[in-house]
Amino acid sequence: MKLLNPLLLTGLLTGLAYGVHAAPQSFDFKDPKGVNNAVFKLDAPLESINGSANGISGTVTFDPENPATVQGKITVTTASLVVPNPMQNTHLHSATWLDANQFPEITFEAKSFANVKTVDNVTTGDLTGTFTLKGVAKEMTTPVKLTYLKDKLSARVPNLNGDLLVIRADFSINREDFNIQRGQYEDKVATNINLSLAIAGASPKP
Amino acid sequence: MKRILQLLALTVLLATAGVWLVTGANRGWTKTSVAVKTLDDVTGIEGITWQKKFLPGVDFLGAGTLVAFALGGLSLFFRKPTNSAKTQ
Repeated sequence: MKLLNPLLLTGLLTGLAYGVHAAPQSFDFKDPKGVNNAVFKLDAPLESINGSANGISGTVTFDPENPATVQGKITVTTASLVVPNPMQNTHLHSATWLDANQFPEITFEAKSFANVKTVDNVTTGDLTGTFTLKGVAKEMTTPVKLTYLKDKLSARVPNLNGDLLVIRADFSINREDFNIQRGQYEDKVATNINLSLAIAGASPKP
Repeated sequence: MKRILQLLALTVLLATAGVWLVTGANRGWTKTSVAVKTLDDVTGIEGITWQKKFLPGVDFLGAGTLVAFALGGLSLFFRKPTNSAKTQ
């Protein structure tokens, strides 16, 4: 049996190694530490409402060698949205506002990533995707910051090796676009909702 | 009875204002939970957990004042206690 040309073999192995290294990684955003959160702020003329949600899950595929190919879907459980006032909390989840029973999830599904810039382990760009709230899907583009933390999973979850991906995004939506009390209570509940997302996903390695 | 109701009204008014002031004079609505932030050292994410805590707001202050005024108003329906010794 004729042996392969050593040069060809080296090239093949290098290519394979590069292929394995460059393969996109899948990051799971179900955070065992419960730190992942989405903060929402509404500033109406008569009232300011601040709250957060921590029922976050989803999967994002990220290739550190080619960050522009990022894809994935992040889901926030509607029932996990919390505001400090108990009555406002009940109203928030009720059928007249977010209707958590009929629409239990708020999602963002990434489609494309533009204006991508990477410095060290930080990638910024404009992420376009479909934001779905109360059953209404709307395409939107938001600036995001992705921080790739190689081999940092064990620092967060002991005895588990792997990488972390931190996603940060600040954007705003108009509640009227999602049929949330259109034209109602504008003096008390702002139509513009500012959202801040800070989430970390894990990609364990054997 | 008139005197008791007036004293009760004053007590309710002072207690409401006192509790509201001592707990931080929250000018928003009453809160039953407060956000506690914790920093995740590895990711730099500021996690938020909700801790149960009663923080009376302007609605609490308003309700207390209303109750105090209602008690004060109710006291007007009672006559001043008459001095029976003087009238005899």
